[in-house]
Amino acid sequence: MTNDELATKNEPLQNEEVHESPLAKLSRFYWGKNRKSPLTRPLRKWFILFLGPVTAAFIIGFVWPFLQGIYLSLCNFQLIKDAKFVGFGNYIKAFTDASFMRSFWYTALFAIVSLLLINILAFAVAYALTLGIKGSNLFRTVFFMPNLIGGIVLGYIWSMIFDGVLSAFGTSIVQNSTWGFWGLIILMCWQQIGYMMIIYIAGLNAIPEDMLEAAKIDGANKWQTLWRVTIPNLMPSITICTFLSLTNGFKLFDQNLALTSGQPIVMQDGVPIKQTEMLALNIYNTFYSSNNSARGTAQAKAVIFFILVAAIGLAQLAYTRKKEVQQ
Amino acid sequence: MKLKRVLALAMAAAMAGCFFAGCNDDSGNGGSSNGGAGSTGSTGSGGGASGSVYWLNFKPESDGVLQEVAKMYTDETGVPVKVVTAASGTYEQTLSAEMDKSDAPTLFVIGNEAGVKKWGSYAMDLKDTKIAGELNTDAYNHYDADGKLVSIGYCYESYGIIVNPDLVEQAGHKVEDIKDFASLKTVVEDIHNRAGELGFDAFTACDMDDSSSWRFTGHMANLEYYYEEQKAGKTWTECPATITGDYLPNFKNLFDLCINNSITDPKELATGGHDPDTQFKEGKAAFTVQGSWTYAGDTNYSGSVPNAKMIPYYCGVEGEDKAGLNCGTENCWAVNANASEEDRNATIEFMYWCVTNEEASKKLVESFGVMPYKSAAESTNGFLKDAETLTSNGNYVMDWATNFQPNVDEYRKALVSALNTYCADQTDANWDQVKSAFVDGWATQYNAANAG
Repeated sequence: MTNDELATKNEPLQNEEVHESPLAKLSRFYWGKNRKSPLTRPLRKWFILFLGPVTAAFIIGFVWPFLQGIYLSLCNFQLIKDAKFVGFGNYIKAFTDASFMRSFWYTALFAIVSLLLINILAFAVAYALTLGIKGSNLFRTVFFMPNLIGGIVLGYIWSMIFDGVLSAFGTSIVQNSTWGFWGLIILMCWQQIGYMMIIYIAGLNAIPEDMLEAAKIDGANKWQTLWRVTIPNLMPSITICTFLSLTNGFKLFDQNLALTSGQPIVMQDGVPIKQTEMLALNIYNTFYSSNNSARGTAQAKAVIFFILVAAIGLAQLAYTRKKEVQQ
Repeated sequence: MKLKRVLALAMAAAMAGCFFAGCNDDSGNGGSSNGGAGSTGSTGSGGGASGSVYWLNFKPESDGVLQEVAKMYTDETGVPVKVVTAASGTYEQTLSAEMDKSDAPTLFVIGNEAGVKKWGSYAMDLKDTKIAGELNTDAYNHYDADGKLVSIGYCYESYGIIVNPDLVEQAGHKVEDIKDFASLKTVVEDIHNRAGELGFDAFTACDMDDSSSWRFTGHMANLEYYYEEQKAGKTWTECPATITGDYLPNFKNLFDLCINNSITDPKELATGGHDPDTQFKEGKAAFTVQGSWTYAGDTNYSGSVPNAKMIPYYCGVEGEDKAGLNCGTENCWAVNANASEEDRNATIEFMYWCVTNEEASKKLVESFGVMPYKSAAESTNGFLKDAETLTSNGNYVMDWATNFQPNVDEYRKALVSALNTYCADQTDANWDQVKSAFVDGWATQYNAANAG
């Protein structure tokens, strides 16, 4: 057969290839050009089996409760099955609740401070551990380990540590709002720096050697290399780390509950003001208060909370994404 | 390659496991008496042994006994009884979650005014039921605004100051000599001043962490509410919108005495962790602020200090030599109105059996202290006997006005925080914070709880 003949013979096959599905492409990759995979047909039939459970779990575990949550925020209820629709009253109550607004600003402050500290320190540690110092693998493991401990346990452990120190000064973490704030920051740094560090290390390792070498040849000093080459190339890691630490900061609950639980509470004009209560804890406390309409209000707060965290997270993602460079 | 496949299989299995776990029918607990229900259905000997009981228990310290009693009942009648105990301090959360299930508790606890408002509509009217007919007092029952009998007391308790008479004697005093605040103060201060020489102190630690703060913000606070009630000339039947705090100086008297004459420095109380129960049992202190539930059970004061006695909260109120103990309860049974008729009947039968069956009521009374029912076993609780002796001597019983605390968790949290500040630095300004948390906090929480 001549080459021309071959070409004509192959033509229909090529045309077929153009229209084939990704699945068929995949099977062709495994089974060779001219053979149809014996698996293609059964796979097409059975994809429901593989995707089904995850989709169902996602719908049952996330989509449905989420929609129900939105519906409940418009209801008065003691038990979910007895919810009565009341409209937007719960949202009005949520927005006029001074404690909710107070905890929002407190949470925002906390999120910003923890975002800065966690990322700066995690980057510094990651940078130090990619310089090739001895035992860096051991350090990575050790720094990462706090992340494996649950929030409630961490909260109680740290409350013991802080109180052990503070008792020498006749105070405790639940008596002093400044210590309450910084205690929580220290706890979160301790827990999250290791995690962010891993992401930064991966980012640092992905920076092409030739780029760094080129910078060196061009006469850039270490500081210039860091600012002009390393950090711009690290933007994808920075995006993900800032996103994680920002949303973690806003969503913080367990550690807040276990460490201070909102204490100290100061009476101002007869109204108790919880000095260290963050948004999620405020929602929780609202939900379990004695008022018969408290649960609807807490639910409305939770929906507002979701929109807030999602909006802030997405805004931050959009902003840092813009700064990312193509390698 | 093989390893990869095994891993993939494991992941898939774990995922499927997670998924199906959610759909799993919750028939584990209590269902261990499997076959019981089925076999009884056919052999039920005229006793109407159908339906089942699900008791959401409020007292963690009684869980063991309740499981035993439940098993006894199932063995005897074939009716399945499931007892689930909410972890300490999480009853409201557990109840909310459980009541939403199709297999909701048939027997649960509504122990105070706030509970009646919140859960009253889920409780059936117990008036004229078999179990209500067994009660020997109406004192511990809860009615709603329409007069429905929402819940009935299944045990009651008393609290006050528990004394180790041997230690008091060692210090050269007698418990009988303590008749009012002045005499209590004399003994307590003397013991505290000579603690080094005696080898024990006056009061155990007045810890303010969650495991202990209720002894003060819930129980000792009762003396203020009680005397306020008395001054107004009537017992509260519903939560008042405001309180006056007229008897706060008396609360302060006793509170100061406790924290300043204790093993533990008042500055260290906020953190807690000093284990006052053990301090008392080990004879490190002669006094502790506690209640009748410590007599037996896990705490078991009677095991270490067999002749321990409970005396009233002496706080400097006029005529307090006639004071008795604080008697009341938060342990009140309510039957789920939404349960099927079969289950409700089975539940009432079970309750009736608990208070009439000799062996069962003996076990329950040992754990609960006392059950206010005609045929229930007699109490063996020494502290409740002290309460009875005081009452029979003509002393007044201090009812649990504290059960009316509005938005109770939030109210107590603010009070704990203010007391912490005060303990760390006992100034007038800090006591004003306590006053504000006590009195203004009441009004604030009342409004919060009742706002439309």
